[in-house]
Amino acid sequence: MEAVLFFLAAIGALGGAIGVIAMRNPFYSVLALIAHLFSLAVLFLLLTAAFVAAAQVVVYAGAVMVLYVFVVAYVGAGESAWEPIPGQRLLAPLLGIAIFVELTIAIASSALRALSTHGPEVGAGFGNPAAIGRLLLEKFLLPFEATSILLLLAAVGAIVLANRKRVGGATADAGRGMDGTPSEHSAKRSEGVPSIP
Amino acid sequence: MNTSWYIVLSSLLFATGAVGILIRRSPMVILLCLELMLNAGNLALVAFSRMVGNQQGQVFALVVMVIAACEVVVGLGLIVAIFRRKLPLNVDDLRELRG
Repeated sequence: MEAVLFFLAAIGALGGAIGVIAMRNPFYSVLALIAHLFSLAVLFLLLTAAFVAAAQVVVYAGAVMVLYVFVVAYVGAGESAWEPIPGQRLLAPLLGIAIFVELTIAIASSALRALSTHGPEVGAGFGNPAAIGRLLLEKFLLPFEATSILLLLAAVGAIVLANRKRVGGATADAGRGMDGTPSEHSAKRSEGVPSIP
Repeated sequence: MNTSWYIVLSSLLFATGAVGILIRRSPMVILLCLELMLNAGNLALVAFSRMVGNQQGQVFALVVMVIAACEVVVGLGLIVAIFRRKLPLNVDDLRELRG
């Protein structure tokens, strides 16, 4: 049963990944990535990581992908001709296969004996929200706070980047939103910025 | 299932994402391929955490998800800024930093 589920989810994840890189239309690529993320959540459940799987579905396949769909709809779906470098479509898969072989050799030769085992028996509480939350707020409190600061920085950065005032004006305008000069005008403008999560 | 199955799948997904970054030209799809690679790393982290029987790898995976969200926000902000300046959304035309 577990093997069947694993192979189904693995096929889904691989198919989604290949769909992402093979679809011409970026919108279909985003949809393929959503399928990939759901299959990956199934794999996380098989690895008894319930909280990570739930966060994957809610945060990734939900929120982040909505952002992608929104920007694809805003920017439009066109992609120009494929390869300006001759032979690129031939060379790239070769390099990809090389990366895969390298990784596999690196792991196979690492002599980790536990690799061919299923892992130790774990209790029912392994990876559930309570355990992860306790770990996150006790042992990893400092990294947790650091990631929250990083999220704040990313949100501010997105607002600065997508600020409408940069269009048309000189590039020197770019930082003006930060030094406090402007005013309700720019504040009003930045309300329409789409990429605030 | 053995842990090695998960690790092989993870490196396969990582290689797929790398191929995507090499062959696609649209910055949007390149961001999607970055997501693929980050998720492959996540799968390896969770698989190793199950192998060791220790939950700290899952915390790592959660932090990686936060990093991915930050990367998406900044990357999509860049794409929107590029689009508003009427520059081509093509990484071969965008190889100079000055707009």
